[in-house]
Amino acid sequence: MIKKGSWVQIKKIILNPEQRANNLPEATKKVPLLLWVKGTLSTDSEIGDVVEIKTVTGRVETGELIEVNPSYLHNYGKYMPEIQEIDRIVKSTLFGDDYYE
Amino acid sequence: MNNSYESVMARKNEIMRRSVGIDFNTYEKDYLSFDYEGLLSEGGFTLETIKAIQKDNGVGNTPLKECKNITNLVRKVAKPGFGARIFIKDEALNDSGSFKARRASISCYQAKKMGFKGVIAATSGNYGAAVASQAAKYGLKCIIVQECYDSNGVGQPEIIEKARACEAYGAEVVQLSVGPELFYKFLLLLEETGYFNASLYTPYGIMGIESLGQELIEDCLKLTGKNPDVVVCTNAGGGNLTGTARGIKKTTEAKVEIVGASVNLYGLHMADDNDFNKKSFTTGHTGFGLPFIMNPDRSDVPRSAARPLRYIDRYVTVTQGEVFFMTEALSVLEGIERGPAGNTSLAAAFSIAKDMKEDQIIIVQETEYTSAGKHHQAQLAFARDNGICIYFGDPKDEIPGKSIVLPKSVDLIKAVDLDLDMIRRKFLQSQFYKSKKLSKYDIEFLSLETNTSIDYVINESKKYNIEVED
Repeated sequence: MIKKGSWVQIKKIILNPEQRANNLPEATKKVPLLLWVKGTLSTDSEIGDVVEIKTVTGRVETGELIEVNPSYLHNYGKYMPEIQEIDRIVKSTLFGDDYYE
Repeated sequence: MNNSYESVMARKNEIMRRSVGIDFNTYEKDYLSFDYEGLLSEGGFTLETIKAIQKDNGVGNTPLKECKNITNLVRKVAKPGFGARIFIKDEALNDSGSFKARRASISCYQAKKMGFKGVIAATSGNYGAAVASQAAKYGLKCIIVQECYDSNGVGQPEIIEKARACEAYGAEVVQLSVGPELFYKFLLLLEETGYFNASLYTPYGIMGIESLGQELIEDCLKLTGKNPDVVVCTNAGGGNLTGTARGIKKTTEAKVEIVGASVNLYGLHMADDNDFNKKSFTTGHTGFGLPFIMNPDRSDVPRSAARPLRYIDRYVTVTQGEVFFMTEALSVLEGIERGPAGNTSLAAAFSIAKDMKEDQIIIVQETEYTSAGKHHQAQLAFARDNGICIYFGDPKDEIPGKSIVLPKSVDLIKAVDLDLDMIRRKFLQSQFYKSKKLSKYDIEFLSLETNTSIDYVINESKKYNIEVED
């Protein structure tokens, strides 16, 4: 169980496909417009429940509870060896081919 | 109240009027014009007061740095006697890490002065962190609305990082999947909260950048004893270029060529759920740059204060591969590690400097902070994960959404000129659809809007059988 007052993230549909704007590309038109927002949980709940939260500005939003203590897990990605090659190109052009010798 | 998409959009003008505190109708003139300079004097700010507000709030007076190694690199591939000195304005050193702090500083100052309890901005870019940071200083509540994920919940790493930054400055971040209806949610939030609309396109959002234009000239004179010959601005919604050019014009009468630069994302649809994660740039690209230069009033206010066609002398595109390449070069040759999007203008400047004489000066007018997600390493890795083919070759072979071509040699970095005359004519064409009859004021307005002449506008109007009043 996730306790009332926990810091959580919810997800909700704000426009179903048929409610969306006209003139959208096909791929966009066929999916709903989704919203994600974080806040403190109003009642004890479980993941997947439709819950109410209060955001940091004091607004109340409802939606599906998807995560407790949502984390920042973005990173620098898998190493790209091309970056070494860019370094080689610019340094050898500027300092000469013998730079790496 | 009816909150269907259509009902909310129908309430747009009233919501806007309340949330920016500007009655745009008072500036409307004749058949299609408005008093641009009148709008830009809204709030009664002078450049001096703007600079004072910014100085008090951790914004401005960033260093202008000469990129000596990059200049020498240009000279390795330029004709003898060619290769201009390249300088970069290190705007990443503003609080919140980009020049956008300049825009946010005036919007938040105004919101506080007018008694608003909070501010809202619709942005997936650095402007979110800028508004959040400035709002924190004034004790204003802050909501940032982002287009962040595709419908599978896969987010652009760059935008996810910007959300983290906004939350770090205490803002609420409302994240949406792909689609222009972000504006619908934005309007609902303005209505629900009664907060100030810290739009990028109000006069405040533009006036705040004039200080950057002024500093460029003053810094350049201090460092070199001369005015710059060329200033390159990354161009998306047009505010950066507009504010910078206005600041330059307020500071010197010398001719400084204003170049706009956008990343070429030709072929990718900005509102397409599938295309969303196939691009490596979420701002500073042609998907914003071209529609906004041809129709500035497509923004989130009735009349945009960002009108780049008034000031732009040359408009070029560069490729994603070229910008990533130059971002790495800036890091490894100059010891300045910055985010890629801000280096769009650096890639363009590198190419343009090749055709300028050695004693000339070209300024890249911004950098942006870098971090996890918002880094060329992260963005190239994300592109490869999304099936984009990354290889060394000639950047002109790059196909947005399919490949990223890193230049296999430095001489292959070549900015491509867009046809500004064609852009001007298309701009006028769309204006002529609004009214078949124009006043003399309208004609003069259109000549200023396109930075052309009255004769040019009249000649174009004849093609569309426009009647001009005496």
